[in-house]
Amino acid sequence: MTTAVDTTTYRDALREALREGLRRDPHVVILGEEVGRYGGAYGVTSGLLDEFGEDRVLDTPISEAGIVGAAVGAALAGLRPVVELMYVDFAALAMDQIVNQAAKARSMFGGQTGVPLVLRTQGGTGRSAGAQHSQSLEAWFLHTPGLRLYVPATVTDAHHLLLAALREPDPVVFVEHKALYTTRSDLGAHAPPPGVSVRRREGRDVTVVTYSRMLHRCLDAAQALAARGVEADVIDLRTLCPLDLEPVVASARRTGRVLIVTEDTLTGGVSAELAARVTELAFDWLEEPPMRLAGEDVPIPVAPALEEASVPTPLRIERAALRLLGRRA
Amino acid sequence: MTEPQEQDMLTIIDASGGCVRPDLVPDEETLARLYRAMRRARHFDERAVVLHRQGRMGVYPPFGGMEASQAGTALALTHDDWLLPTYRDTGAALTYGLPISQIVLYWRTSPHGWAMPEGLKVLPFYIPIATQYPHAVGCALAERMQGRRNVAMAYIGDGGSSEGDFHEALNFAGALDAPCVFVLQNNGWAISVPTTAQTRAVNLSRRAEGYGIPGVRVDGNDIVAVHHVTREAVERARAGGGPTLIETVTYRVKPHTVSDDPGRYRTEDLTREWLEKDPVTRLRTYLTTRGLWDDAREDALTRDITQEFEAAVEEADRFSEPTPSEIVDHVFATPTPQLTEQRAQLLEEYGA
Ligand SMILES: Cc1ncc(C[n+]2csc(CCOP(=O)(O)OP(=O)(O)O)c2C)c(N)n1
Repeated sequence: MTTAVDTTTYRDALREALREGLRRDPHVVILGEEVGRYGGAYGVTSGLLDEFGEDRVLDTPISEAGIVGAAVGAALAGLRPVVELMYVDFAALAMDQIVNQAAKARSMFGGQTGVPLVLRTQGGTGRSAGAQHSQSLEAWFLHTPGLRLYVPATVTDAHHLLLAALREPDPVVFVEHKALYTTRSDLGAHAPPPGVSVRRREGRDVTVVTYSRMLHRCLDAAQALAARGVEADVIDLRTLCPLDLEPVVASARRTGRVLIVTEDTLTGGVSAELAARVTELAFDWLEEPPMRLAGEDVPIPVAPALEEASVPTPLRIERAALRLLGRRA
Repeated sequence: MTEPQEQDMLTIIDASGGCVRPDLVPDEETLARLYRAMRRARHFDERAVVLHRQGRMGVYPPFGGMEASQAGTALALTHDDWLLPTYRDTGAALTYGLPISQIVLYWRTSPHGWAMPEGLKVLPFYIPIATQYPHAVGCALAERMQGRRNVAMAYIGDGGSSEGDFHEALNFAGALDAPCVFVLQNNGWAISVPTTAQTRAVNLSRRAEGYGIPGVRVDGNDIVAVHHVTREAVERARAGGGPTLIETVTYRVKPHTVSDDPGRYRTEDLTREWLEKDPVTRLRTYLTTRGLWDDAREDALTRDITQEFEAAVEEADRFSEPTPSEIVDHVFATPTPQLTEQRAQLLEEYGA
């Protein structure tokens, strides 16, 4: 018997979702820098120009504010644009359009119309791309009412969350991780909808909450912990808006200990929001305050060894979990 | 018929090495300086690609073929002027005076490559597109406000000129008469996107008109012409005449970076055409025809620049590997208590 295993990459899963979106909905258009002929800086849109033509897959000038602004206009006029911002860091150039326009349109039109815009971008470390091309800026979007925020960690989620984003009536910031594009697994036929967190490993000793690439590092750490007799319950949030903390609270009731692991910087980061909410929701069951392990509060260095030192590693996650359990690393 | 690309463009030494504007040819010493600078830049570029292959440098964006555009502009500055290069402009930076050892360290990803030598008015290679243009306006205004007659010269690519920062800077500089020289290197490509897809404008220097400032278009593979128009622009800015936009018409014969494969998006026919217009070969032909250059001088120059480069790499190799706890060192001049704590934790985790 032959079973196909690990057949699909994160990159392919995203591309197939875009292809399906372009096929089923004539209003879907893709625009961004290098998305056409080149197939996207990370190869996600490769082949789509040939299949769907220049009216649906548009190489734009290098002009992030212009791209997102035009996409907001197109969305208001009836299209469903999918913007690719090469690096989430460049969202800074388009922040007015994202924060002051896309996010607020529905509210400021009194609910009459929204901006069904998918803003695909990628962040994170792992390719020695330096301080201005490696950040994890999801807290910026989380902090902005009106933006949905999807942060897929797995091949199946990359696909199904992107398909879900293509059905959303409101803007979705869809943050891929540059270190995940070549990861492989089987592409599942279904996935839970956005706003449903998923347990990726079961354990009774400590609850580990994470998303995106850090999920894989947490799972590696969990395996190492298991070898030391510690069982981690690992929960993947999948989307930060909407946010589903129910499985986290349920888990915390059993373990009494919550470790939050994110790649974005510690101060004012996603982990701060999570820790606050977990404390509010599970205070009575917690043996210890929630512990956060996040990116260092520094510009990401470009030297590979330093870059790695600026974000949580499996070993540091393992040690943090042991500390939380009051055990020596 | 002239091709649109070549309209209104100043050439002094043409692609065959012939002189079409004898009235604008500088003295022999300047010619030798220009040639030497291009050869030195080219040597770096060629060796950099090798260092990358050997794993001794990281991702590197080559500029080979654009030596005239970079060296010809940079040589119009003095060390009192500012230079704001992009990632593509290693040739401009090393011509201006950024030490080669430091450039190697920079592209090697070492933090030792970051801080500029004391007093050198070069800002670090800009990688986010176009941000250097408004900075140049600020540098230029700061010089003027402090009573100095120095200028700021910033580079950008054709693709980069689509960004808002480019247009805002030109307008801003014009409105405030900032002593800036804006160099727009039109090398035909922005990664896979040809200039014709970035903009409908053919003559990019004409954009200057919209901002009420002078714009000039020059054969970017003719260093004599590039140097000529840049010196004029620098002198004008220094004398209080405000900013100039210079479009150097050239070509990216190399890949976007050492990890790019141009075969994915272009045929190399046009590249071959442009190789015929090579800036180094054409000046050498001209100098040789005039009896100002020969093989002996060429060999001596090659020896010099090879030695210089090798010594620089040896110097770069002497720098130590950075340690993890360093990452918090330069976030602020004085670290916050939280960062001090993070540093201690890093020391504990990594022991360095
Ligand atoms: C703000 C911003 N947007 C996008 C990029 C990604 N990017 C890097 S180089 C490049 C092409 C630039 O082309 P051009 O300005 O013509 O310069 P060249 O590389 O040809 O020298 C792009 C889009 C970036 N670095 N910064």
